Amino acid sequence: MTEQHDVSQSMDPRFQELIPGAPSLSEVTNEIAGPIERGPGKLWWGAFATAASALTLGVILVAYTVGTGIGVWGLDRTVGWGWAITNFVFWVGIGHAGTLISAILLLFRQRWRTSIARAAEAMTIFAVMCAGIFPIIHMGRPWLAFWVFPYPNTRGPLWVNFRSPLLWDVFAISTYFIVSLVFWYVGLLPDFATMRDRVKGWRGRIYGWLSLGWDGSTKSWQRHEKTSLLLAALATPLVVSVHTIVSFDFATSILPGWHTTILPPYFVAGAVFSGFAMVLTLLLMTRKLMHLERYITPDHLDKMAKVLLTTGMIVGFAYATELFIAWYSSNPYERFAFWNRAFGPYGVGYWIMVFCNVVVPQVFWSAKARRNVGLLFVASIFVNIGMWFERFNIIVISLSRDFLPSSWTHYVPSMVEVGILVGSFGLFFTCFLLFVRYAPVVSFHEVKVTLAEQKHGAHHAADEDPVSPRSNWTGDTFGTSASRTGGIQS
Amino acid sequence: MSTRKTTNRRAVRYHVLVLDDADRTVDAVRRLRRDGFDLHDVYTPFAVHELDVEMGLPPTRLPWMTLVGGTLGVTLGLGFQAWTATSSWPLNIGGKTDLALPALAPVTFESAVLLAALFSVATLFVASRLFPRGRPPSQPIAAVTDDRFAIVVREADAAFDPGKLAGVANEVGADPFIESWKVE
Repeated sequence: MTEQHDVSQSMDPRFQELIPGAPSLSEVTNEIAGPIERGPGKLWWGAFATAASALTLGVILVAYTVGTGIGVWGLDRTVGWGWAITNFVFWVGIGHAGTLISAILLLFRQRWRTSIARAAEAMTIFAVMCAGIFPIIHMGRPWLAFWVFPYPNTRGPLWVNFRSPLLWDVFAISTYFIVSLVFWYVGLLPDFATMRDRVKGWRGRIYGWLSLGWDGSTKSWQRHEKTSLLLAALATPLVVSVHTIVSFDFATSILPGWHTTILPPYFVAGAVFSGFAMVLTLLLMTRKLMHLERYITPDHLDKMAKVLLTTGMIVGFAYATELFIAWYSSNPYERFAFWNRAFGPYGVGYWIMVFCNVVVPQVFWSAKARRNVGLLFVASIFVNIGMWFERFNIIVISLSRDFLPSSWTHYVPSMVEVGILVGSFGLFFTCFLLFVRYAPVVSFHEVKVTLAEQKHGAHHAADEDPVSPRSNWTGDTFGTSASRTGGIQS
Repeated sequence: MSTRKTTNRRAVRYHVLVLDDADRTVDAVRRLRRDGFDLHDVYTPFAVHELDVEMGLPPTRLPWMTLVGGTLGVTLGLGFQAWTATSSWPLNIGGKTDLALPALAPVTFESAVLLAALFSVATLFVASRLFPRGRPPSQPIAAVTDDRFAIVVREADAAFDPGKLAGVANEVGADPFIESWKVE
């Protein structure tokens, strides 16, 4: 138990302080903007140098792949989708959770989202960028990538096949990227305005341009809140649709191990799971690098660990269901596909997945573990690894041994493929580190709303009879002025 | 925004009350409206709950533009797919009907969401005049993006009583000053 807990409990058990110590409004501005204005420390530079080196490696290897051809990868005619598509699904999964976290927690009025939403949204944008690279370089001739969009052409015009799940993917992921970007930017506008009014010189001018002349007038806030709420309401089904459509890439084909109706919910649950793990990894880094311990508290980490535990068990349940249905179907091909997944030549990958995704999160039954920063960091990395293997298992193991034993192969990635994965991590972390360096990673205006509510919550909790010690909010309807952080009224 | 007059352009005085607390700002707005002052706008560092209601602002009509965008998205998305499938380049795939509607659902849904989102944000940008520029001239003091709340009262006519305004300012603990930065 931390100190702030004792303080809040002395007031009222119903009321939980999200931001300890109740800082003043200008303290919030100074504490969040301070690290940006002071410039980064040694830790940041170390992390940035590592990420930028990995990115450089990736750029070189992508150039080599494009210049030489896809033959530099380990793919063959049996395993036509290998490492690159595994990485694509992995990154899309991580990307999907960011907006889901931000939007769903907004719709469900979870005030604790304030401190993590911005980082989660940024993670989405960068992860979808990483994801997008893989199918494009997988085309072999990436300069023709625009062929995936329907545009008037001299070949008929011949249109794209709107009945293909791969084409649905193009639309789903581009829409998702654009909507996520817009959602993130709209949230950033008032915060860029705060930076504009603090920072002098050319940097202040850049923040000024980015803030689009935001003036904080009540009418603008009213529209801003409504837009945020609408974008969240649009983004939530969008997220579910996008990962469902990614799973259709597999589920609508007739390969044993892919051709199954469980894939859409299985993919969505996996995306939330891996996304929360990555948010946890990033936030643990960020609170250290940018000194935001007051805003990203053990309470936030505790809640994220609980989500990780829950979604981990949903994913575990999906693994068990898959095995059961394969056995229950009495279909020899289906049974073989799953037997081969667990006990075939790639069996190690399956058990790594089970260990990382199902066994590791079980430590979070312990309240102590949920607040142990080191353990959380290690566990979140394990989950990231496990979720990468989940995609590898689905894609490569299913492809490598299908109906016809004469065409079975054993796919091994080349060093080029491994290097490109490292490069994609480089891109992701380079972008994220630049983001925390130049933009407020915790939203000024949302924290201020949370503080105002916290103040009201404390007053009201003291006035009224305690109803339930578990509820830390006093209820709200979808009113006209519901705020982005979930306007609390009483 | 106040209505623009076609003749008699004159400098209109705007009085600004600066506060450092959201609750007292809402209180001040309530008193000023009660006393018949012409509230021009209130500038705040965050979305103050119920402030728009206290100011008597009507709810934003922005969601209608979301509906327009969504409807347009469905129409364009489905219409374009149907046109390519039945008229521009029909393809016989396994003898299935040309207009296989279930297969067209995902792209229709995505285009609806895309246009609904873009219309909402475009409406926000246009209605609140958000475009790349420096500090907006409408912002009375820079600190409203930090920790200050500024209530701007328009000196509408001769009935305006500065003494009364100073009284309200005193009651709510605001720091009043006059700024005439706008010509109507």
